[in-house]
Amino acid sequence: MTTNDTLQSEALARILAATDAPALEALRIEYLGKQGSISALMKTLGKMSPEERQAQAPVIQALRTTVADALAARKETLEIEELERRLASETLDLTLPAPEAPRGSVHPVSQVMDELAEIFADLGFSVATGPEIEDDWHNFTALNMAETHPARAMHDTFYFPQEGADEALDQAPNTGANTAANNSRMLLRTHTSPVQIRSMMKQGAPIRIIAPGRVYRSDSDATHTPMFHQVEGLVIDKDIHLGHLKWTLETFLKAFFERDDIVLRLRPSYFPFTEPSVEVDVGWQDVKGPNGSRRVLGGDGDAPGHGWMELLGSGMVNRKVITFAGLDPDEWQGFAFGVGVDRLAMLKYGMDDLRAFFDGDQRWLDHYGFSAFDQPTLSGGVGAAA
Amino acid sequence: MKFSLEWLKHFLDTEATVPDIAAALNAIGHEVEGIEDPAQKLDGFRIAKVLTAAKHPDADKLQVLSVDTGAGDPLQVVCGAPNARAGMLGVLGLPGAVVPANGMELRKSAIRGVESNGMMCSVRELELGDEHDGIIELPESAQVGQSFADYTQASPVFDVAITPNRPDCMGVMGIARDLAAAGIGTFKPVEIPKIAGTGRCPVEIRTDDAQGCPAFYGRVIRGVTNGSSPGWMQRRLLAAGQRPISALVDATNYLMLAFGRPAHVYDLAELSGAVRARRAHDGEKFAALNEKTYTLDDTMTVIADDNGVHDIAGIMGGEHSSVTTETTDVLLEIAYFAPESIGVTGRRLGLASDARTRFERGVDPDFLDDGLALLTDLIVRTCGGEPSEIVRAGSPPSDGKVIKFDTGLTECLGGVSVAQEQQRAILEALDFSVSDDWTVTCPPRRHDIEGPADLVEEVVRIHGLDKVASVALPRARGVARPTATPQQQRERRLRRAAAARGLNEAITWSFLPADAAGHFADGADLWALDNPISEDMKVMRPSLLPGLITAAKRNADRGAAGSRLFEIGRRYFRGAQGGSDEKPTLGVILAGEKTPRGWASGKAEQFGAFDAKAEALALLESAGAPAANLMVMGEAGSQFHPGQSATLRLGPKNVLARFGALHPATLKAFDVDGPVMAVEIFLDAIPARKGAVGFARPPYAPPALQAITRDFAFLVPSELAAGDLVKAVRGADKQAIVDARVFDVFAGQGVPEGKQSMAVEVVLQPGDKSFTDDEIKTISDNVIAAAAKHGAELRG
Repeated sequence: MTTNDTLQSEALARILAATDAPALEALRIEYLGKQGSISALMKTLGKMSPEERQAQAPVIQALRTTVADALAARKETLEIEELERRLASETLDLTLPAPEAPRGSVHPVSQVMDELAEIFADLGFSVATGPEIEDDWHNFTALNMAETHPARAMHDTFYFPQEGADEALDQAPNTGANTAANNSRMLLRTHTSPVQIRSMMKQGAPIRIIAPGRVYRSDSDATHTPMFHQVEGLVIDKDIHLGHLKWTLETFLKAFFERDDIVLRLRPSYFPFTEPSVEVDVGWQDVKGPNGSRRVLGGDGDAPGHGWMELLGSGMVNRKVITFAGLDPDEWQGFAFGVGVDRLAMLKYGMDDLRAFFDGDQRWLDHYGFSAFDQPTLSGGVGAAA
Repeated sequence: MKFSLEWLKHFLDTEATVPDIAAALNAIGHEVEGIEDPAQKLDGFRIAKVLTAAKHPDADKLQVLSVDTGAGDPLQVVCGAPNARAGMLGVLGLPGAVVPANGMELRKSAIRGVESNGMMCSVRELELGDEHDGIIELPESAQVGQSFADYTQASPVFDVAITPNRPDCMGVMGIARDLAAAGIGTFKPVEIPKIAGTGRCPVEIRTDDAQGCPAFYGRVIRGVTNGSSPGWMQRRLLAAGQRPISALVDATNYLMLAFGRPAHVYDLAELSGAVRARRAHDGEKFAALNEKTYTLDDTMTVIADDNGVHDIAGIMGGEHSSVTTETTDVLLEIAYFAPESIGVTGRRLGLASDARTRFERGVDPDFLDDGLALLTDLIVRTCGGEPSEIVRAGSPPSDGKVIKFDTGLTECLGGVSVAQEQQRAILEALDFSVSDDWTVTCPPRRHDIEGPADLVEEVVRIHGLDKVASVALPRARGVARPTATPQQQRERRLRRAAAARGLNEAITWSFLPADAAGHFADGADLWALDNPISEDMKVMRPSLLPGLITAAKRNADRGAAGSRLFEIGRRYFRGAQGGSDEKPTLGVILAGEKTPRGWASGKAEQFGAFDAKAEALALLESAGAPAANLMVMGEAGSQFHPGQSATLRLGPKNVLARFGALHPATLKAFDVDGPVMAVEIFLDAIPARKGAVGFARPPYAPPALQAITRDFAFLVPSELAAGDLVKAVRGADKQAIVDARVFDVFAGQGVPEGKQSMAVEVVLQPGDKSFTDDEIKTISDNVIAAAAKHGAELRG
C-alpha cells in the first residue's frame, strides 16, 4: 500500500464520519485547501522529472478528484439530512380548521324573481314596477272594483288616514262614501295589478310585462303574512286570446319548475279586472323522500295519487280596465295573470312556513338562501340545484 | 254554499254520479271545496228498540239496556242517557262503527263491570245537531234494524264556492240551471203555487226610500202555528249547515238557500201602523237578531213601523218583531234592495249575513211575486194559517240587459271556435233569449253580464275551458332582446355582490313599530297605517336599518355569534301631491363577531367601523358608483356613533351612503348588544351612466418600466385626517404619482403631544424613461412641500 493509498482511505473515512457542514469544511481545507496535504502533493509534481511526473501526475490527480467528490457527496447528504430534520420540525396538524370566509346568500324571493325575469325575458316580457303605497283609483277603481264592489271585501286592505276625512270614514276604513275623496285615498297595494294600469298608461300598447313586488293584506297565519310578494303578468296586443294565456302559463311553469309534465287545469272564475276570468290549477303528486312526502308539481291532477292545486288567477283583461288605462278596447286586447312569488318559491324549493321568509333567521337563510353564483341562466336552467 | 245531492235533484233530473257532478261544477266555475257523504259517517249505526232498561248495579247514572237490533238476539248495552227507557226507538252504534263527532271507534267493552255491545247515540254524537241532553228518540214508525243512513235519507253534500258575480247561484236552483246547461241532466222548473189570498192585507206597506228599496211586497198570514219544520226541510237545511230553528224561520231560510231569495217574517202582533222602507235617522239604535245593538245613520235603509226600526233592510231583522213559538199572525216581507247601499251599510256596521251577501251582489228582481208565493206556500203547508192578498209597494228594476253579440268574439277572445248553433244553445240553456240577429237579452237575475265579453265567458265556460288549445305567443325572431332597465341591473348586481362578500340577504317588513320608525325618521312625516294589523306593524319604514337590527337581535337571542345581513328594498316617504316617494335602498348590518375565537387568531374579533366602510365602498363600486371620486364626510345621522361614522358623497351635497358604528342610544332603543355596524346605500342617489352602453374599454397597455415606491414618514397634527394627507401627497405630482397609501399610524411614545406619526407609501410610475435621481428628488420635495401645507413635517 502506498502512502497515497493510505492518505486516500484515511481522508474518505474521515469525510464519511463528518456530521455537519463545518466539520466537512475543515476536512476540505485540511486536504484540498492551499496548505492542504493533497494540495502539497500536487505541488511536488513541479519538482519531479518529466518521467516521474508522467507516472505520478495521474495518481495524485485521481486522489484529489476522489477526495473532492467524496466531500461533495457528503455535503449533499448532510444537506438532505438537514432539510429532512427541518421539515420534520415544521409539521402542521392540518386537521385543524382553516380560516373561513363567511358564506353570503341571496334570499329565495329574490332568486325566484330573478328566475322569473329570465324566463319571461325570453318570451319578450320586461319587468315593470310601481309604488307600493298606492291610491285607491289605481288599486281598485281602475281595475273595475268600484267602491261598492263586493270583491273589495276579499282584499283586506291596509289604509292610510285620509287627509281631512270625516270621522265615520276613519272608523270604518273599508267604507266608500265619497267618490272623489276615495279615489285619492292612499293604501298599501293589495296586489301588483295597479302596475298593469300604470304601465299601460305610460307605455301604451302593445305591451308585455311582468311586475313582481311586495303586496300587503291584513291577514296573518302560517300561509298568510301581512306582506308578501306577487308577480303580475300582462300582455296587451291585437288578437291575443285565452289560448295564448294558456300557452304562456304552461310555458312559464314548465320552464320554472324545469319539468315537461306540468299539466294545467283552467277553471272559470271571477275577477273584476278580467273577463273571462280563469283560475289555474296545477296537477301535483305526493313524492316520498327521505324527509317524508312532499307535494311535487307535475302530472295530471286527475290521475291516481295526484291532485289539483290552485296556483294562479288570470283572464282576459276586462274592457273597462283597458279603457281606464287609456287604451281603446276595440283595438287592443290581452291577458293578465297573477301568482304569489313566495308561493312559487315554496313549491319549488320546499319551504313550508311563509312567516320564516321575513324573519331574517341566519339558520334559515343559510339553509334556503342561494349562492351569489346561482345566477339563473337559460342555458343552465333557471333553477338552482339543492 | 252547501247543498245535498237530494236537494239538487229537486231541481235537476239527473243520473250523474257525485264525482261527475263535482267535475262539472268545477268546469263551469263553481269550485267544489269539499264533498261529504254522511252515509259513510253513519256506517254501522242502525235503528234499535229498547226492550228493557234496568239500573246498573254499580253506577247511579247508568242503565243496562237490552236492545233489539232487528237481527239475532237482543244486545246488552250500557247507557248513561236519562231518557233511555223501555219501548223507545233509538240509534245504536255497533262495535266497529266510528262516532262522527269524535272519531272514536266503538268496541265491545265492560263498563263498570257490565258488558256493553255498542252505544245508543245522541244527536251531537252523530253530528246531526248540537243537542246532547239525551239519546235520539225516533218515532214509532221507524223500522227496527234499518240502517240509520237510509232512515235519514243521508245524501252526499257538496260544498261549493260561489264567486261574487253569481248571486243567482247562491241558491240550489241556480246551480241546477247551470249544471243542466253543462249537460248534467235536465232542469226542472218549480211550479209556482197560485195563492190569491183572502181579504186585503191589513197592514199598510210602502217604500219611502225608492232609491234604497225600489220594491217592497208583502202579505199577512193569520192563524199560523210556529212549531218545528217538517223532516224533509230540516234535512236539507242541516245539509246546508243551517240549524233548524222554527217552522217560520226555517221557511225563510229554505227560500233563501233553495232560490237565493232572502225574505223576512215579522210577528204581526209586534207591529203598529204602516210598515215602510225608509232611511234610518242619524243615531237611531237598533237591536238586531244577533243580540247586538247597532247605531244607524241616514245613509242606511231600514224597515220600520210607527214604533221604530224592525229590520236593517236586507241585512238583519230585529229582536223585537222576530217570530216566536207563540206567534200566530205574521207579515211576510219580500223586497228588492239596491245592492250598492246594502254593501255600504253592511261595511259601515261591520255586519255580515247570508241575506246581505245575496242582496249586495244582487238578487233576481223578477222573483218577488214567485218568491212570495213559494214562501206563503211553505208556511201554509207547515204552519197552517190564512194568507191575505198581496200588497205591492214600488217596482223592481226588471228590464233585462240587451247585448248585440258577435259570435266571432268567442274565438277572438276565448281562443276556441264554437259553432253558432252551439253558442245559441248554451245561452238559451242559461235562460238568455237570443234573437235571429244575435241580439241577446239577459235574464234580469244576471247582474254580472255587462257586455259581449261576458257572453263569451258564458259560452266558453259551458263549452269547456279544457277545449281551449294552447297557442304560442308570437315571438320576435332571433335571440331574445335584453329587457332589464339599468336600475334593475344595478340591483341584481348589487345583490349578488353583497352575497359574494359574505352577506346574507334578508327581507324584513315594510312597516315598523312607531318608535322604531321614529328613531330613524330624521324629522320626515312618515306614512302611518290607519288600520295596522298590530302596533308593531304600523309605520312605513324610513330606513332599512331598524328591520335589520331587530333581525340581528333575534339571531343573537337565538345564540348566533354574529349576523351579516343585507336587504335591498324601499324606504317610504311622502311625495309631492300626497303621493308616495319610495326610495330604493340597500341596508347592511354587521353585528356580533366578525371572526370567532380560533386556535390561530386567539380571541373573537368584533366588527368595527372599517368593516362597514369596506362594505360601503365595495358595494357602491358594484352598483356602478365612481368609487375613486367619493369623499368621506361627516353627518351620518344621529343614529350613528358621532366619532365612528361617516357619509360617502359625490360632491358636497350628494350623499350616496352612510356607514359606521351605531350610536349606543340606538343600540339601547333596539335593546341590542353592541357594537353594531351599519351601512345604508341610497341607490337613487347614484348617478346614472351617461351615454349609450358600450362594451369596448378605453385602450390600455401595461407600462414597460416597473413602478418604484418611496416611503415618507410625517409628523402631522393629530386632527389631520389621513384622507387629506393622502390627497395632498397624490396631488404633488399628478403624472408620476399613481398611488399613495397610509401604511402606518402611530401616536404616543416618541411622538410629541398633539401630533401623530403617519407613514405614506408613494408609488411612482415612470413613463418612457426611468426616473433620474434628480427627478426623484424633485418629486420627493414636492411631496414633502404638499404635506407641509397641512402641517406635516418629514420625520428625521
